[in-house]
Amino acid sequence: MSSRTQAAGLGAVELPLDVASIRADFPILRRTVRGGEPLVYLDTGATSQKPRAVLDAEREFYEQHNAAVHRGAHQLAEEATDAYEAARGAVARFVGAQFDEIVFTKNATEAINLVAYAMSNAATAGEAAQRFVVGPGRRIVVTEMEHHANLVPWQQLAQRTGAELAWLPLTDDGRLDLTDLDRVVDERTAVVAFVHQSNILGTVNPVDVIAARAAAVGALTVLDACQSVPHQPVHLPSLGVDFATFSGHKMLGPTGIGVLWGRPHLLATMPPFLSGGSMIENVTMAATTFAPPPQRFEAGSPPVAQAVGLHAAVEYLERLGMPSVAAHEEVLTAATLVGLQEIPGVRIIGPADTVERGGAVSFIVDGIHPHDVGQVLDDRGIAVRVGHHCAWPVCRRYGVPATTRASFGVYNDLADVDALVAGVRAAQSFFGVAS
Amino acid sequence: MNLESMYQEIILDHYRRPTHAGLREPFEAQVHHINPTCGDEVTLRVHLEGADGGTADERTDAGSVVVADVSYEAQGCSISQASTSVMADLVVGERLDTALRLHGEFVELMQSRGKLERDHESMEESLGDAVAFTGVAQYPARVKCALLGWMALKDAAAAALEHHGTPARVGNEETV
Repeated sequence: MSSRTQAAGLGAVELPLDVASIRADFPILRRTVRGGEPLVYLDTGATSQKPRAVLDAEREFYEQHNAAVHRGAHQLAEEATDAYEAARGAVARFVGAQFDEIVFTKNATEAINLVAYAMSNAATAGEAAQRFVVGPGRRIVVTEMEHHANLVPWQQLAQRTGAELAWLPLTDDGRLDLTDLDRVVDERTAVVAFVHQSNILGTVNPVDVIAARAAAVGALTVLDACQSVPHQPVHLPSLGVDFATFSGHKMLGPTGIGVLWGRPHLLATMPPFLSGGSMIENVTMAATTFAPPPQRFEAGSPPVAQAVGLHAAVEYLERLGMPSVAAHEEVLTAATLVGLQEIPGVRIIGPADTVERGGAVSFIVDGIHPHDVGQVLDDRGIAVRVGHHCAWPVCRRYGVPATTRASFGVYNDLADVDALVAGVRAAQSFFGVAS
Repeated sequence: MNLESMYQEIILDHYRRPTHAGLREPFEAQVHHINPTCGDEVTLRVHLEGADGGTADERTDAGSVVVADVSYEAQGCSISQASTSVMADLVVGERLDTALRLHGEFVELMQSRGKLERDHESMEESLGDAVAFTGVAQYPARVKCALLGWMALKDAAAAALEHHGTPARVGNEETV
């Protein structure tokens, strides 16, 4: 174990999680890549790997319980419905929410679009939906560090409704600049959409400060929690926001399932986004009334097997304990920040220490394009993300075309950090920019 | 170790010392291409002249004009930078139909995943230094990098031909 507990500049460090036993649960981590290199997976920010428990749960559902949910009265239909709804309960418990406050979607992007489109639909959805109406003279506020998923839907909402788009800028050290918070989030503001933990900078934002200002002007708040819920204990109802979204595949669960959490009084009056089967109360040839939430927002066949897989993922994380997960990833992040910054010519894009930041570490290697850094790392079996990370405005803000990003999961240890640091040095040597 | 097969010396040389770089006049068309998956960008200009050395003004087919200049400003990885430089080297001074044929051959090479039927020698005969990118073809994520400058060339050439052709046709119609 000693080789696994030595990291650049940190000496011997105890990791909170037993990585050896965790890694045994993830079959993919045993494979090799690029001609025999052991896989060093540092791209969990893009998508996490899946433990066997998640894969087994999906297979068991299909082999033993598969049926259409919320319809039919046969035994399998009951079992499938129970499995689907039990997943809702597990996810609710995981983020401190009530059962009916959890809506399953295709992914987090769809969850954000659900709210944005519900807001455009509100104009023609009657008196009860007035709370959601936006239009000329109103303002939609985002931040400059949003993933495209929490930027483009709001740009589009502004375009559809004639509302104005405004945003909170960034400081040079990778944090939100809240100097003008009161001026940007003004009395006209209808909604403030912002990220909990940046997928590119790693920054953890002061949700309470922004939510309090939004509440003071009567604006709705939508939190992108895709990078926080998988990596730290998150109790959504205490954050002060109205809606939050996250995705299954980034938290050891399957692809094809995302989550929208909303305050019950808001879900109760919010008009639907997608319509069709499963979301109705009563249908005649002329008109339809809608089911109460969460069914109102789950039109069509839901992602049942994915929900079952996500249920297993949530239980897996609960067994590890989210405080331990967060502490574990903080050690890895600290080691990475130290190790990379010891290399001349390497620059962190984002906070340079672990204060209010999570385990996504973006960096620039002077003289080598991120694609080329990534290629050298890939040649050594190290999987990182290169590019603009679906946060192009962040790259523009810091004057870089792209970054290389390492991000961590429960299965990473300090040997992975060492491999990354050695790989970056190898890239410098390969391209002849070593100092 | 596959790195050397991708980063051939020729590629690294063009990356460090790109040829035909910078934006120059005259030009008939300028395009701006972006690789949306990674943010690489190129602004590229094409200047065409008549094949016999005269102006290209009333010539509208690729066989009767020569690529007199390709100039560009680019931001991106070594593969996209080097590929644009090699492309400019290959096509400047060639008839436009030849340049477009080379474009086709290079696209074919890049999409081959390294399993092209054609033998290396005949490929090298026409594509010259550009065959050095054969190794890149084995990395699907990097193929778009190698194609960025070539796609910009194709677009710019089409726009430049239009530039030459359209006013001539309009002129004829006006005189009728």
